[in-house]
Amino acid sequence: MNSVVCISQVPDTESRIKIAADGKHIDEAGLKFIVSPYDEFALEEAIRLKEGKGGDVTVVTFGPDRSAQALRECLARGATKAMHIKGDSVDADSLGVARVLAAAIRTLPHDIVFFGKQGVGTDNGLVGPMVAELLDVPQVNVVTHLEVGDGKLTAHREIEGAEEIVECSLPAVITAQKGLNEPRYASLKGIMAAKKIPIDTRSVADLGLTDSDVFHQRVTFVGLETPAEKSGGRKIDGADPSAAAQEIIKYIREEAKAL
Amino acid sequence: MPGILVFCETKDGKLKKVSREALSIGRKLAEKTGGDLAAVVVGSQAASLAADAGHYGAKKLYAVESAALDSYTTGQTTAAVKQAVDDFKPSVLLMGGTSNGRDLAPRLAARLGVGVASDVDQLDWTDGKLRARRSIYSGKVFGRVEISGTPAIATTRPNAFSAEVVAGGGAADVVKVSFTPVEVKSKLLETKTPEAGELTIAEADIIVSGGRGLKEAQNFSYIRDLAHAIGGAVGASRATVDAGWIDHQHQVGQTGRVVSPNVYIAAGISGAIQHLAGMSSSKHIIAINKDPEAPIFRVADLGVVGDLFTILPALTEEVKKAKAH
Ligand SMILES: Cc1cc2nc3c(=O)[nH]c(=O)nc-3n(C[C@H](O)[C@H](O)[C@H](O)COP(=O)(O)OP(=O)(O)OC[C@H]3O[C@@H](n4cnc5c(N)ncnc54)[C@H](O)[C@@H]3O)c2cc1C
Ligand SMILES: Nc1ncnc2c1ncn2[C@@H]1O[C@H](COP(=O)(O)O)[C@@H](O)[C@H]1O
Repeated sequence: MNSVVCISQVPDTESRIKIAADGKHIDEAGLKFIVSPYDEFALEEAIRLKEGKGGDVTVVTFGPDRSAQALRECLARGATKAMHIKGDSVDADSLGVARVLAAAIRTLPHDIVFFGKQGVGTDNGLVGPMVAELLDVPQVNVVTHLEVGDGKLTAHREIEGAEEIVECSLPAVITAQKGLNEPRYASLKGIMAAKKIPIDTRSVADLGLTDSDVFHQRVTFVGLETPAEKSGGRKIDGADPSAAAQEIIKYIREEAKAL
Repeated sequence: MPGILVFCETKDGKLKKVSREALSIGRKLAEKTGGDLAAVVVGSQAASLAADAGHYGAKKLYAVESAALDSYTTGQTTAAVKQAVDDFKPSVLLMGGTSNGRDLAPRLAARLGVGVASDVDQLDWTDGKLRARRSIYSGKVFGRVEISGTPAIATTRPNAFSAEVVAGGGAADVVKVSFTPVEVKSKLLETKTPEAGELTIAEADIIVSGGRGLKEAQNFSYIRDLAHAIGGAVGASRATVDAGWIDHQHQVGQTGRVVSPNVYIAAGISGAIQHLAGMSSSKHIIAINKDPEAPIFRVADLGVVGDLFTILPALTEEVKKAKAH
């Protein structure tokens, strides 16, 4: 059972985000980068599969030099191989990223390709299903439980107010939701062992893709803006519960026009 | 003619609210492009939605009628909507940002070689291009994006656009789409509905959310009682979900759902940045917290400093009284 896990490196969720001088990117200076939180569930599931059924877990990322660090963290947790496609992924749109990843995955043994349900920060939730289409394999998105059998898998998928149980053939794409598992931390032994694993570093051209396949943007940021800071509204004292309740009702009726 | 096509989903034989919202913003875009607004509905009863779609401005309804489309599978629905796109050749394709919409949009976009903007809360047509606004980095930044390619695809954030009935909007003209089911590699085995009858936070107009201030699982009854009385959905902070007090389906925030209801009531929730990421775009925010310094008050339109265990029951009583009138 071989898995590929696509991971993206994103600014730490606690970061203060500043808009860069061009008004179209965020300013990366001083930002701490982490493995996108949903990708951690994806990685953990692949490692557990490997522990149960053997095989490789290859982590793949498309990104600038700094992304190699994210691959190292995944190796330390138990991934067995890593591929880094170097490039300015921020200047590619989701389909561009998906083309790069699909080309990389074609060169790797894969029964299941794991993604996060969305990259935290940009929150697109696009790359996984796009890769599934490019590879012509089935997908199950927003997965909270997974069982892998012979040549097929069964996955629980979260939908509005309910859960679907979907079966599909392998190879397949899974996008991971919180709840799928509890990701482990890297052990000291893992960190040491990871240092010995070489990262297979490639360029977009090495994968047979041209810049226009990848960097022709169908979705472009024309501008970023900071939302108007909410000043905080009216504050009232709730010491008298029924008076407070009446204030709330009045607000809901008059301002929100509800009730 | 640069037409607008909206993939509409149904529930209990009617269009989902988010699909009506997408039709309504689609109609405004169509006024600018000068093209037609059309809906596409799949499933054996597709044509029966003609009047419903017409009310929200659709001139045509592309009906892909096949029993193979009665429950959603990625492969079948992608093929069906692709057929409608090939027939109508829209400039813009919209769909609600539901679980299925967000499953379908990227798959179809990759098939068509076009771009998608996810979960948008504003849409406009300028200089022959679709423009959208998206909230990114936990709501710390708004990104304005331009989507090129034909069709340009966007999924709409539930509740971000209002659903508006068009005066005198007659039924849409039904256009049958010829469709042969494709072979798909996945199948739906079962749908589990844990809390039948409960409203889901994804599309609710009013959400009452509880946090660690509730102290223990059984006290979620304070939240449920109010939600029930007011006709809203039950939300929760991650701390309560992690503690096992309530199911993850209810979690609001960065690793839960992003919601933007008309009214969001947060009780016993501190207002951590990851929670705010999921609810700060709500239209009217009411916070109940005993700590006057709680960060939730910075985004609240109405903040009540006090004990939720006394205020929530009083509020539930007042709501019942108000509803009785
Ligand atoms: C990567 C990541 C992702 C995350 N994603 C999410 C997410 O999606 N959603 C989310 O919610 N959190 C998320 N979190 C967690 C978040 O950081 C907070 O820990 C969490 O939101 C806190 O929940 P809370 O407000 O219920 O609890 P607390 O922060 O403990 O707040 C409890 C509040 O209750 C008040 N209170 C206590 N008793 C009473 C009373 N009797 N009456 C009135 N008020 C009272 C207290 O004053 C306090 O403000 C995430 C964290 C990380 C690191
Ligand atoms: N540059 C990238 N390199 C590798 N994987 C990525 C990259 N961007 C996105 N992904 C994967 O795709 C998922 C969804 O990302 P997104 O569509 O950007 O929300 C992420 O959780 C990752 O698993």
